Amino acid sequence: MMVNVKKNTISFRYFVILLTFSFLFSCKTKEYYNYKIEGKKIGITNEKGENTQIENYVAPYREHIKKDLDSVLAFSPETLDKSKGKWQTTIGNLLAQVVFELGNPIFEKRESKTIDICLLNHGGIRSIIPKGDVTTRTAYEVMPFENALIIVGLKGSKIKELATYILTERKPHPLYGIKIFADKNALTVKNIEINGKAVEDDKIYYVATSDYLANGGDNMTFFKESTLKFDMDYKLRNMLIDYFKKMDTLPVITDEKIILE
Amino acid sequence: MKRRDFIQKTAASSALLGLANIGLSSFSTIETKKITILHTNDVHSHIDPFPADHPKNANMGGAARRAALIESIRKEESNVLLLDAGDIFQGTPYFNYYGGELEFKLMSMMQYDLATMGNHDFDNGIDGFYAQLPHAKFEFVSANYDFKNTILKDIVKPYKIFEKDGIKIGIFGLGVELDGLVDKKLYKETVYNNPIEVAQDMSRILKHDKKCDLVICLSHLGFSYKNEPYKVSDLELAKKTKDIDLIIGGHTHTFLDKPVVEKNSDNKDVVINQVGCYGINLGRIDFYLSNDKVYHNQTKNIIV
Repeated sequence: MMVNVKKNTISFRYFVILLTFSFLFSCKTKEYYNYKIEGKKIGITNEKGENTQIENYVAPYREHIKKDLDSVLAFSPETLDKSKGKWQTTIGNLLAQVVFELGNPIFEKRESKTIDICLLNHGGIRSIIPKGDVTTRTAYEVMPFENALIIVGLKGSKIKELATYILTERKPHPLYGIKIFADKNALTVKNIEINGKAVEDDKIYYVATSDYLANGGDNMTFFKESTLKFDMDYKLRNMLIDYFKKMDTLPVITDEKIILE
Repeated sequence: MKRRDFIQKTAASSALLGLANIGLSSFSTIETKKITILHTNDVHSHIDPFPADHPKNANMGGAARRAALIESIRKEESNVLLLDAGDIFQGTPYFNYYGGELEFKLMSMMQYDLATMGNHDFDNGIDGFYAQLPHAKFEFVSANYDFKNTILKDIVKPYKIFEKDGIKIGIFGLGVELDGLVDKKLYKETVYNNPIEVAQDMSRILKHDKKCDLVICLSHLGFSYKNEPYKVSDLELAKKTKDIDLIIGGHTHTFLDKPVVEKNSDNKDVVINQVGCYGINLGRIDFYLSNDKVYHNQTKNIIV
């Protein structure tokens, strides 16, 4: 046994010497060094063809969406266009009315309160509603964003700020439930009516709007400052789709919300 | 006797093995290895190619075409990693209708290896993201989002290490500040930590503790913010960190003509790349590595 151990030790020693030698002369280590990098952008075109497995997998999804988006929900007797109208547009009037009509029952049920007015933003309308068939795709085109309904409580004094904002912006922001009487030259607020009554400074009014605006989007600071906000978890686009579904023919709403005197 | 025989034979053979090893490893074999990184960012549910009459991106993109391109590269290269820098979700009705299911399924079919989370990946809430995870055969990494009080705890990890052909590649993720960008009710108790500090930790862990040969950052911070110089971006990240070899970016939809090279805090080169959005481009970065000592401390040759 002793002899064996010795033998082993000898061969091991020999091995270590060899190993040391090999390390001395070696030009490599265990480590790898990154010595070169090549980088580029490759455009994705049909040059390499299409992967049929992927294409076949997507096809039924695509078909289902197409069928659903293009199914006719309602009819529009006229083209509703956001670029037609100085202080209000037919499409803006419609959107504000939709948000009120579909939002109010939920607000009443959840909070036992009533929506007084609706204010959306002109910039949020992304497409026209063309004369003819109205589809789900129309709703996606008009409202591609994921904005949802928020009800903001504002004091009458803040409603005046809201009115001043609209007059200063000079944009046909969608409005419902409010009448702003303004001086036609100075464009200053003379009088505001909600539910047919003059606005009272200390009364709380409930304004339906989008989460984007409620958080101060488009510089609507009067919304941002309010601490009274109710999230309805209802996307504006879904409100529009649900409205289209229950209507045969869309109304063309032309009543004035801003009256210059 | 038998035992003695065994010991003798073992000693002899290990000596022989040792010799053989020396022969192989010393003068004769300097090995080079190639690692190919393919990447996308901000695909935003663009599964179909742009139509032929599209004013900007006619006939570009599309999942089936992307898959074919990736397939053709995989045929030529054996060590491929396929990565995505976030915002997989949101942008076409595919997302509105199926909540990201199809995006994850297709990416799995293309054999994506890893992704990080973009702000839009929270669009159906952290629960909506979680619900789609069973469809993803790849993992997500994020080092600066602390998910410990959320449903993603222990699911989205800070980093992942891959080994390809004996090369260790450590990849960590970084996400953009969510406050002001994403509704709190969507990201819930996700905590955003300073990306630069986290990246300094991550690169040290991956390079020195885990001995990775390559360190890659999958970032959804954005390439750069000229008008907001204090905002954390990939350019800032590159300058203020070390030991990162490649930053794959997203969020700002930046169409870089070619990868950008920036100096890190050690005055060494970092490659940054971002390939726009909507699956219009695929980024490709090839790393060449060698065990030849001459390359130790030598400046990398970067061809872009």
